[in-house]
Amino acid sequence: MSTPLLKVENLRIALAGHDATYSAVENVSFEIGRGEAFGLVGESGCGKSITALAVMGLLRRPLSLGGGRIVLDGQEIQDVSAAEMRRLRGKRIAMIFQEPMTALNPLSPVGRQIAEMFVLHQGMGWKEAMDRAEDALRQVRVPSPERRIKDFPHQLSGGMRQRVMIAIALACGPDLLVADEPTTALDVTVQAEIIDLMAELCAAKGTAILMISHDLGLVANMCKRVAVMYAGRIVESQPADAIFATPSHPYTRGLVDSLPRLGERSKRGRQRLREISGVVPSIAAYPAGCRFNPRCSSVTDICRTVAPDATPLPADGLVRCHHHG
Amino acid sequence: MADSLLSLDDLAVHFKIGNALGGGIKTLKAVDGVTLDVKPGECLGLVGESGCGKSTLALAIMGLLSPTRGSVGIDGLQITDSKAADRMKMARTVQMVFQDPYASLNPRQTVRRTLADPLRLHGITDKAEVEGRVIDMMAKVGLRPEQADRYPHEFSGGQRQRIGIARALILKPKLVICDEPVSALDVSIRAQIINLLLELKDELGLAYIMISHDLGVVEHVSDRVAVMYLGRIVEQGGWQEIFEDPRHPYTRALIAAIPDPFHRAAISDKAKARGEIPSALNPPPGCHFHPRCPLKADICVSQDPTLAAVAEGHRAACHFRDRVN
Repeated sequence: MSTPLLKVENLRIALAGHDATYSAVENVSFEIGRGEAFGLVGESGCGKSITALAVMGLLRRPLSLGGGRIVLDGQEIQDVSAAEMRRLRGKRIAMIFQEPMTALNPLSPVGRQIAEMFVLHQGMGWKEAMDRAEDALRQVRVPSPERRIKDFPHQLSGGMRQRVMIAIALACGPDLLVADEPTTALDVTVQAEIIDLMAELCAAKGTAILMISHDLGLVANMCKRVAVMYAGRIVESQPADAIFATPSHPYTRGLVDSLPRLGERSKRGRQRLREISGVVPSIAAYPAGCRFNPRCSSVTDICRTVAPDATPLPADGLVRCHHHG
Repeated sequence: MADSLLSLDDLAVHFKIGNALGGGIKTLKAVDGVTLDVKPGECLGLVGESGCGKSTLALAIMGLLSPTRGSVGIDGLQITDSKAADRMKMARTVQMVFQDPYASLNPRQTVRRTLADPLRLHGITDKAEVEGRVIDMMAKVGLRPEQADRYPHEFSGGQRQRIGIARALILKPKLVICDEPVSALDVSIRAQIINLLLELKDELGLAYIMISHDLGVVEHVSDRVAVMYLGRIVEQGGWQEIFEDPRHPYTRALIAAIPDPFHRAAISDKAKARGEIPSALNPPPGCHFHPRCPLKADICVSQDPTLAAVAEGHRAACHFRDRVN
């Protein structure tokens, strides 16, 4: 790979508690190439969303950057000034969120919210910017955009709002789109449409995607490479097709096996679902060694004391497990 | 049918929305003419997107909403004209497991109290018997006896859902309505709860109505499946018929919308639905699905298709139900 678009190196995110500081995310490294779709998967509390916020420079107390480097197109952005970061956000990197109703300004017509991007980042006049906003709405396939630009967010359905979010995010042709659970609040048939739309627009504009989700199937469908996070660490990363075929970490294997998949029952009859025992540990009580060890079926003594290093996998991937394979 | 545990006949629940002064009263047809039955020991999967009326249907069966038209028959009793005594009997026959175990348990009651109250209410006052049944039920759902005096906040989401299931089963019902029982849980916990529900079904001979938007879960657990769209059942049949030979385009759209990295399902992308779900306040004329349907023809706009047989026990409400893919 030539120089990656985004390189995250040994990212650590600190969480200040009442009497102690915890590492909410540690030792997280990944690269995203130009125009590549990369997925970050994990359960609630694993640190995937705050990793996305760190990339956007949006960590706020009690969260803060505890170490590591975030390199966008050769430029280190973890220490740039707030003003510089504001210029980057929207222009070079943009983000869409899970719940579009809370991310949009309820008091401003959606056309104006899109046009604002052109005015702020490209110095356009409002009149021209409103014309461009209408084009942007047309691109995300909002019906009758000439009328819809005057609508307020509450007048739109959930799917339409998420289309507006996408239009805002892609307005200035960013290099990287960070999408944090963009379809979790939507119905399944609408979700399919939004995912297709995002993938299509980003492919056309050469925009890379950092996709954050709890849905391994959704991410594997859309992304070229996938990293799985558990309790603040990346436990495995692999090309998307390999992660289902040859999951290497016991946690990934557990996730792949534990969900009923369409078509399985017709082929093999109803099998008992493989369970992952136990629960996700809380941040104040992360176990020593490998953080998955209390729930792992192949746990040995070393897992309880030594955190496993990353071992490369054959197909451009890595796994953090003492007993992988 | 005589051997049915639950039989719904042309059940409708309509709501009056708005007031006479401002814009007039509109009728929201949340459930509009549903005919269904569930046999003892059977699991009926009920599928549909938000707003299709599946939860309203559940509340009507529970007797928590009174139907506008039609009837609900449970175990030989008509609940529409029921007296208080009948309602108590009905509560011993039908129980419900809710989606969100954080919201559906009383935070100020211990597990023991949550499980013992229904017993006392239904006339079981012998202390030893109550205690025995509580501990017994806790063991059945995988909780330890010493956890009986704890409060809901001391449990994880998965354990709380176990408490919710125990509460539903303590009166030994014959039918349990599970409304999205796993969608609020962490991905790695879902398999535990699905396995538990299936074990309890076999052990206690329960019938379920499994309401879910997750088709993987529905295929895994259901004997028969009903698909709802805007208040009506558009297709119903055995699980294999619904998933392998779906005849309503909406069913096909739901299946096509599932991210499917391995393309296991035999449904192509062409089956995807377009656009958004219309408001139930103002459903389209004719077939409610026609604005989103890939098979739309003139007849779909003018005529409402009936839910007619495709094969024995398999019915679809589509003018083109005999056209295979």
